[in-house]
Amino acid sequence: MKAYLALEDGTVVEGDGFGAPGKAKGELVFETGMTGYVEALTDPSYNGQLLMLTYPLIGNYGVNSDDYQSEGIKAEALVIRDLCHNPSNWRSEKTLNQFLVDEGIPGIEDIDTRKLTRKARIHGTMKAVLYVGEEEKDEEELVKEAREQESIKDKENLVAEVCRGETERYEGDGDLEMVMIDCGYKENILKNSVKQGINVTTVPYDTPADQILDMDPDGVMVSNGPGNPALLDKTIETIENLMGETVLYGICLGNQLISLALGAETFKLKFGHRGINHPVKDLETGRVFISTQNHGFAVTEESLEEVGLEISQINLNDDTVEGVVHKDMPIKAVQYHPEAGPGPHDTYFFFDDLKKDLKNGI
Amino acid sequence: MPKRPGINKVLLIGSGPIEIGQAAEFDYSGSQACRAFREKGVEVVLVNSNPATIMTDPEMADSVYIEPLTSESLTEIIRKENPDGIAAGLGAQTGLNLTAELSEKGILDKYDVEVLGTPIDTIYKAEDREKFRDMMNRIGEDIARSEAVNSIDEAEKVAKKLGLPVIIRPAYTLGGSGGGVATTYKELEEIVERGLTLSRINQVLVEESVLGWKEFEYEVMRDRNDTCLTVVNMENFDPMGIHTGESIVTAPSQTLSDYDHQRMRTSAIEIIRELGIEGGCNIQFAFNTETGEYKVVEVNPRVSRSSALASKATGYPIARVAAKINIGLNLDEIPNDVTKETPASFEPTVDYTVVKIPRWPFDKFHNVDRSLTTQMKATGEVMSIGRTLEEAFQKAIRSLDIGEIGLNPNQRRVFEKDEVEEYLETPTDMRLFAIYDALRNDYTLEEISKTTDIDEFMLQKIKNIYEREKDIKTDWKSNLKQAKRDGFTDKQISNLAGVDRKTIRKEQEDQGIKTTYKMVDTCAAEFKAETPYYYSSYEDESESIREDEEDNREKVLILGAGPIRIGQGIEFDYCCVHSVNALEEENIESLIVNNNPETVSTDYDTSDKLFFDPLTLDDVVNIIEEEEPDGVMVQFGGQTSVNLAVPLKEELEKRDDLETEVYGTSPEMMDMAEDRDRFSSLLDELGISQPESRIASSKQEAKEAAGEIGYPLLVRPSYVLGGRAMEIVHEEDELEEYMEEAVKVSPDHPILIDRFIEDGIEIDVDAVCDGEDVLVGGIMEHIEEAGVHSGDSACVIPPQSISEEKIEEIKEHVKDISLALNAVGLVNIQMAIKDGEIYILEANPRSSRTIPYVSKATGIPLAKLAAKTMVGKSLEELGYTETPEIDHVAVKEVVLPFDKLLGVDPVLGPEMKSTGEVMGIDYDFGKAYYKAEIAANNEIPTEGKVVLSIRDTDKPKIVPIAKKLEKHGFELLGTKGTAEYLQKKDININQVNKVSEGSPHIVDKIREEEIDLVINTPTSGKKPKRDGYKIRRAVVNLKTPYITNIQAAKAASNAIEAIKEGEIITKSINEHQEKIEGIKNE
Repeated sequence: MKAYLALEDGTVVEGDGFGAPGKAKGELVFETGMTGYVEALTDPSYNGQLLMLTYPLIGNYGVNSDDYQSEGIKAEALVIRDLCHNPSNWRSEKTLNQFLVDEGIPGIEDIDTRKLTRKARIHGTMKAVLYVGEEEKDEEELVKEAREQESIKDKENLVAEVCRGETERYEGDGDLEMVMIDCGYKENILKNSVKQGINVTTVPYDTPADQILDMDPDGVMVSNGPGNPALLDKTIETIENLMGETVLYGICLGNQLISLALGAETFKLKFGHRGINHPVKDLETGRVFISTQNHGFAVTEESLEEVGLEISQINLNDDTVEGVVHKDMPIKAVQYHPEAGPGPHDTYFFFDDLKKDLKNGI
Repeated sequence: MPKRPGINKVLLIGSGPIEIGQAAEFDYSGSQACRAFREKGVEVVLVNSNPATIMTDPEMADSVYIEPLTSESLTEIIRKENPDGIAAGLGAQTGLNLTAELSEKGILDKYDVEVLGTPIDTIYKAEDREKFRDMMNRIGEDIARSEAVNSIDEAEKVAKKLGLPVIIRPAYTLGGSGGGVATTYKELEEIVERGLTLSRINQVLVEESVLGWKEFEYEVMRDRNDTCLTVVNMENFDPMGIHTGESIVTAPSQTLSDYDHQRMRTSAIEIIRELGIEGGCNIQFAFNTETGEYKVVEVNPRVSRSSALASKATGYPIARVAAKINIGLNLDEIPNDVTKETPASFEPTVDYTVVKIPRWPFDKFHNVDRSLTTQMKATGEVMSIGRTLEEAFQKAIRSLDIGEIGLNPNQRRVFEKDEVEEYLETPTDMRLFAIYDALRNDYTLEEISKTTDIDEFMLQKIKNIYEREKDIKTDWKSNLKQAKRDGFTDKQISNLAGVDRKTIRKEQEDQGIKTTYKMVDTCAAEFKAETPYYYSSYEDESESIREDEEDNREKVLILGAGPIRIGQGIEFDYCCVHSVNALEEENIESLIVNNNPETVSTDYDTSDKLFFDPLTLDDVVNIIEEEEPDGVMVQFGGQTSVNLAVPLKEELEKRDDLETEVYGTSPEMMDMAEDRDRFSSLLDELGISQPESRIASSKQEAKEAAGEIGYPLLVRPSYVLGGRAMEIVHEEDELEEYMEEAVKVSPDHPILIDRFIEDGIEIDVDAVCDGEDVLVGGIMEHIEEAGVHSGDSACVIPPQSISEEKIEEIKEHVKDISLALNAVGLVNIQMAIKDGEIYILEANPRSSRTIPYVSKATGIPLAKLAAKTMVGKSLEELGYTETPEIDHVAVKEVVLPFDKLLGVDPVLGPEMKSTGEVMGIDYDFGKAYYKAEIAANNEIPTEGKVVLSIRDTDKPKIVPIAKKLEKHGFELLGTKGTAEYLQKKDININQVNKVSEGSPHIVDKIREEEIDLVINTPTSGKKPKRDGYKIRRAVVNLKTPYITNIQAAKAASNAIEAIKEGEIITKSINEHQEKIEGIKNE
């Protein structure tokens, strides 16, 4: 199959198409992990984005459904250098190509992904269109399409699209109760919480606070999810109303939403943090953890001073905020993904802390 | 946190000579560490016996000691220097073992020296197999079941319990030496016996076999604050059962899912925590591809060969960071040198793939066992970087410099089906090619995988290359771009498609296919990188640009030396690095191309730009096209770069679009010096003698020539390195036999026949010529007689037995020849002196392997001066015209690989066999020689029992030696003939049985460790003399000091006398050089 990838700056690259034919639109983002493509593709936070992997050989170990972070692929498309058709791994169930075909997701390979990554680094993340199919395409048309689409900053439905929608309860083997506000959570957050013995009830992102408090949880986790946090008025309102009422934890988008609810501000990063090698420093112990990251927005450091949040952790690559703790209330949130999947398990201690805080209560 | 207070002076132990299992990687890590320490104001005291290293340059540390790596000499240095700390984990296993020994002897406590980085306890935990197992059990990591044993009986018991095959690993050895896989009890006995002897604590581990599992390695870092990270993980192409140093390795891992990878990563971090290492550590895992279960195989609590590879593969300088951690910095306080902006406390990520292939020395030995096992045999390795594995595999093969330029045959034979089967079954250096040929013979990937246990994923990549070969043959034009992306060179495509390179170049231009250079930046382009470290690829965008438009400096490309092998060691990398430094001093932009991950030259901060690429004409021309340098330097990289001189010059002359020139001595002249006829006439014109010689291209011609010159003769094929296939023949039978082999060796070239100067003194001279003046840098007298390859001979500066008058004559000859060759740059000339006459044996206008040794001994930076003359400086301008006088004596001794290569007869001859060298320096010959022998692990005893077994022709010469030994209290034993002969000379010597005479014989005595030195001179001729051979193998296997020629025996007896009558002096090379007067006339 033919494949064209057009960017808003006028760049068009032609490569080989794979997966399902079709057109994908969104923001082209790069992820630097050398393993974890299954987890990344199924991470709901990639909704609205074309996922480009910087490691050139992808698909080597096939696809295993145990690694899914949601029920299927959430990224709009996959952009890589070299697709492996003959995977080799003891857990592999199917090829990556088959996975994309089954999920109706287009992919492009055999292109200079490093060139595109450099572009993103230098010019910032760009809007893009990928066409995969048998047709010859007019390049200018594609560029126009790339330019004319809505920016991810303004897309309002990204969370709604990936939120599971139903209230579900998952049993841990203890008596702690946690509600997770589902903005498009990753399975690993659930798994790690349940592993701690916590019973988790997931509720849709727009569930009002009183409904949550009615469940009488020991605490609430605001999950990760895609897009611009500032557009999620309902969730922010819910969080505002939960504050002081229960223990609040947040991961990634959840961290941004908690900060917004307290009156802090968020901004869009030039090209985001997407990888499994980011150094996060704990300011209390001075120790550094290697963390998984996937976010295009971040909390503005200066805006935290007034709202009672203290910075507990920072990213050593660019000094951005990685963790906040409230001075008075039991509120704790991190910008990275302590649940890994993909990525290092160095930050699993987050779930030990979670358990402790749920136990201590408000 | 800044550096720790109280650590102001650090002792750094180097790794000693290049050996199988320990190549240049520790020069790289050691030099990085020196810089890292000194940047923080920490004084460095460095000890290494290997003069060919960059780390032993006097500028590298505050005090550099080129002294034997023994606890005695280290004690003396510690006493003198009083360091605050000792960096144990930065100098190979040698460093760890010595640190442990110094601690055991109480030296570290006595002088209050703190062990930095790797705690003493950890050295034992990682190396003592039993402690290691206990520790792993404690932290819940699975390891192969095993038991440590101290005898063969115990080993058998354990093997019965575990079931054969079992793996035997000696404690505290290098490169797995002495280890192996035992599939029978007979093998078990052999391997355990050898292993026990080689282990420092007389202990081996008998381990359950995980043969066929996949092998993975993790490079882990940890700081004082307990921040841990992994730099990279690596996946071995070869399954368990083959030492990782013998395996083809890819980085990062290819077939591990994130789930698999993170489990092992977490284990690796748990392990480094438990070991308490502050610095770097290497952990190997075996992974079951059917169940996902894994076991810890081995831990190296230090920087290692793998960490050098990991550093080059990612751009993350492990040794440098480890050194900073050693003096108290935390990972987040150390900047990532590559990005400058981000800290070292992150995990590198790459957007390319890396392949390492070991370089084996099998081409140098007849009848050597080529099989790959748990014991290392490789002398070096190459690394390649590609955007795909196909590209990386082919580049790595080209980098090996073995005549192959990819997987499809270039010079090699295509294997027949039965050979394919055999090579697949028994892993050797041929297996990669056999896999390729198996595909040609319609083997399926499944079949190959079943026989080899190599993952089908890897095999598929090889198959892709084979498919591309077929495409090229069908229609090269429309497959050109893909072929390039799969790593095919113009030459390969030319071979396959039957078109010339020019046509292919033209077609590339028409199709717009261009070589692109991508950057190695530790972060997959996420951050801007400041380090100019590139590899070639065929993508859309090239990143190698001169950033500063104003920069119009002259630009020079230096061709590197490729992998370490016998005949081409670390010396040439030393020369390349020095030429880079020279260019920097002259404000010239330096580019280097090389493919050896172990070296200093491939450190990202050595040159202005580093190209990590193969050294073939195609690869080099691609770089020249991209960079358009003003000049190329071809004379520093040994034969690898020298071989490119003529073709490169021809290519450059053909190309109107390129103005690049070859700098220094013209390739024609380099070629001329190799051309017997032309060089002979040149010597005739100059009126300089040379051994009579002829050229023969047939047996008949050779016999005629022999008749005219007279035996003995030195015969060799033309144009070789390291004396390959060179031999001394004493009679016509031997000549005929040789001709049959030599013709096979080099079909395009005739053989050279020289009169062999028997009993002559051989002289080696290194000089620099600027076209007008000649600086004779050093005159070396060989210890061994002419006939032993100069690379294998011990030698001494200044000469000990040559008159002033002859020295002057030698200098005159060097000057005349250098000028006649119009040499600009380095010149090496070998001569022999017999009966007062000087004969020229060889002249090579290029770098030689003695350059660093001469520079260390005399203080003259020969390679630097040479590079400067090549960019137009005169020796006079540079201030170097006179040969300095030195009042010390520097002896170079070689290190031989016989203990690693079973079955090879450990004798010296005209074929080079040594892998590395050491230097001993003191104030008289005997003491310097004594030090050199200790450093070369061939300690001359000062008391005890000596066995003599001397061939008839040498018997008269052994008399004074035996007398000297007797005088100094040695007990002498001799085999029948020798003993009887010496008894007649009134020497008190007892007879001992030869092996053929029955037990208790000489080998029994050696095995029982009753013998302190064996002097055995082999009878000449090629036919194996079983008795002598058995003695020699026994001493090698059992590590008894031995000597195989009479000159060395004489030197040893002088050394014993010197030691008995005087004190050894331990002085830094800085102190020695300061005393040399007139190094530079200012």
